[in-house]
Amino acid sequence: MSAEPAAAASPNRPVLSVQDMSIQFKLPQGWITAVDRVSFDLRQGEVVGIVGESGSGKSQILLSLMGLLAGNGRCSGSAVFEGQQLLNRPPKELDAIRGSTMSMIFQDPMTSLNPYMRVSDQLTEVLTAHQGKSKAEALEVAIEMLERVRIPEARRRIRLYPHEFSGGMRQRVMIAMALLCRPEVLFADEPTTALDVTVQAQILELMAELARDMRTAVAIVTHDLGVIARLCDRVIVLYGGRIMEQGSLDEIFYDPKHPYTKGLLASTPRLDEKVHGELRTIPGQPRAAMGDFPGCPFEPRCALRIDRCRAEMPALLGDDKGRAVACHVSGV
Amino acid sequence: MAAPRTSAGALLSVEDLKVHFPIKGGVLGTTFAHVRAVDGVSFELKSGETLGIVGESGCGKSTLGRAVLRLIKATDGRVVWAGQDLFGLGAKALRDERRQMQIIFQDPLASLDPRMSVETIIGKPLRIFHPELSRAEVRRRVFETMNQVGLAASMANRYPHEFSGGQCQRIGIARAIILKPKLIVCDEPVSALDVSIQAQIINLLMELQRSLGVSLLFISHNLAVVRHISHRVMVLYLGKIMEIAERDDFYARPLHPYSQALISAVPIADPRLERGRPRLLLQGDIPSPINPPSGCRFRTRCPKATAICSEQEPAMRDYGVGHFAACHHIGE
Repeated sequence: MSAEPAAAASPNRPVLSVQDMSIQFKLPQGWITAVDRVSFDLRQGEVVGIVGESGSGKSQILLSLMGLLAGNGRCSGSAVFEGQQLLNRPPKELDAIRGSTMSMIFQDPMTSLNPYMRVSDQLTEVLTAHQGKSKAEALEVAIEMLERVRIPEARRRIRLYPHEFSGGMRQRVMIAMALLCRPEVLFADEPTTALDVTVQAQILELMAELARDMRTAVAIVTHDLGVIARLCDRVIVLYGGRIMEQGSLDEIFYDPKHPYTKGLLASTPRLDEKVHGELRTIPGQPRAAMGDFPGCPFEPRCALRIDRCRAEMPALLGDDKGRAVACHVSGV
Repeated sequence: MAAPRTSAGALLSVEDLKVHFPIKGGVLGTTFAHVRAVDGVSFELKSGETLGIVGESGCGKSTLGRAVLRLIKATDGRVVWAGQDLFGLGAKALRDERRQMQIIFQDPLASLDPRMSVETIIGKPLRIFHPELSRAEVRRRVFETMNQVGLAASMANRYPHEFSGGQCQRIGIARAIILKPKLIVCDEPVSALDVSIQAQIINLLMELQRSLGVSLLFISHNLAVVRHISHRVMVLYLGKIMEIAERDDFYARPLHPYSQALISAVPIADPRLERGRPRLLLQGDIPSPINPPSGCRFRTRCPKATAICSEQEPAMRDYGVGHFAACHHIGE
């Protein structure tokens, strides 16, 4: 814990601070940059949304922070969580943090739950390993947590195997597992993408409640702007591995500065729309493979591009309140 | 049951369609139950009309789309296609009709043969149905169709893996329209695409519909996309129609509690609106279609359910302007 009195007194101290994080992957053609010098803070009780297209590097950021980068990947920069450096830590040392003060939920619950273990064993293992609780104690805590994520008949259901749960229930089990040790930071990678809307609504409600009541800091990766609008306090917009724009929820939705953010908002069909003409689109396709190029990754699809955009990546410039834009043409 | 019926302009008329899949088990492989994927669905599709079919996973929407094309054998019911009984057609007559009906799939890459060039893929239906055409003529029409869907003719010799998801979907669409069909079943055609690409494909489908006058059965779980593209909307739940209505009427005045819950569950990309929106949170998940609830199938999750809902299946009633819904409690 921080010894600084000022930081301790602040209700919204950053629990996680990421500085200049870059991620590269070794492919047959050489090292390819997937995430390029990304920096952000995550504060207590705050929900930060990371939005971007497939391949924008949004999931890789979370995976690197959890030490789960693929074998051909490497990352540089710094990510400080409670005074400890997370990046490139040996897995043994990370194990003390992962699953206890920092945990993650994934898009597909079936791949993160062990199909051969009863849910009770998987949940209690977290508590016996991290908190040294006895089996019986751990079971009570686990049942309580299942009730908290609204699994009916938790005491009976905890004895079941993952396949005996429906998709929505499994996602709740995974959320319960991630929350067992009351983590300070929760990473969520497309947590509701595989779920039906009615179940998604339940899960989003649950996550909002957790951030509010347990003061958990949540970073959620999604491509769905509706999910962001319902859940988040702050938004980071990624494209081609770079932060294009960041700001508060309202700033991003009502005062977007970056041409990509504007295009993304305009091309989303809305449930409440009144007109049914052509949707605004962003022309072109995202880059198939990212090479190391000097310019802005959005340049080939940008309507406002100027010569400089191809030659030089604009710096992410902003104010001290976390509002920032990386664009030569349209700044804060 | 008494669904909207018989109008002169109907291209397709589906009458009490049922698709039940047997579940076999045991040593003898005997059938011990049925999945009632589609269980008595009736509707009509007019020429040049887009009917959006929405519902959660397992509601039978994809099965319905395939059964209408006779790609899956229906258990019971009729499909009348341009005045003739589609299920009564012999192999040759069916083949002749098939050129009028096409399908586009969710996963664009998986639906394209990886060993065929784009030109071969798009030209294949032509070569099958019009063997009399010269090679030059086939090529001319392939290029013309590629142009229609926004693909450059210079891409004709490339293979599917060289294209992004959005471009693969354009190839799938080109293959579907080259025979100038009267009906295209679109099975979640934009669900796998990024938002900015999704908008391009939706615009393309709407434009093609206008220029070719083709009818679309647009199957999707995304109510916002369906709102944008459809003339009418049909809501399915566990193999039954809950509600069917004109698009604007449906979204302004959803009558069925399930439709209301579905619409309220979709997050809207507008934070201020989201903060003030009433939520109708449904409990639990969709029940199994193997043993659906008695009476009204939605009653186990319905906030309005009473005793009558378990005893008696609600009839499809007309609420004016072609707005049909099946619920005991509408207007209370």
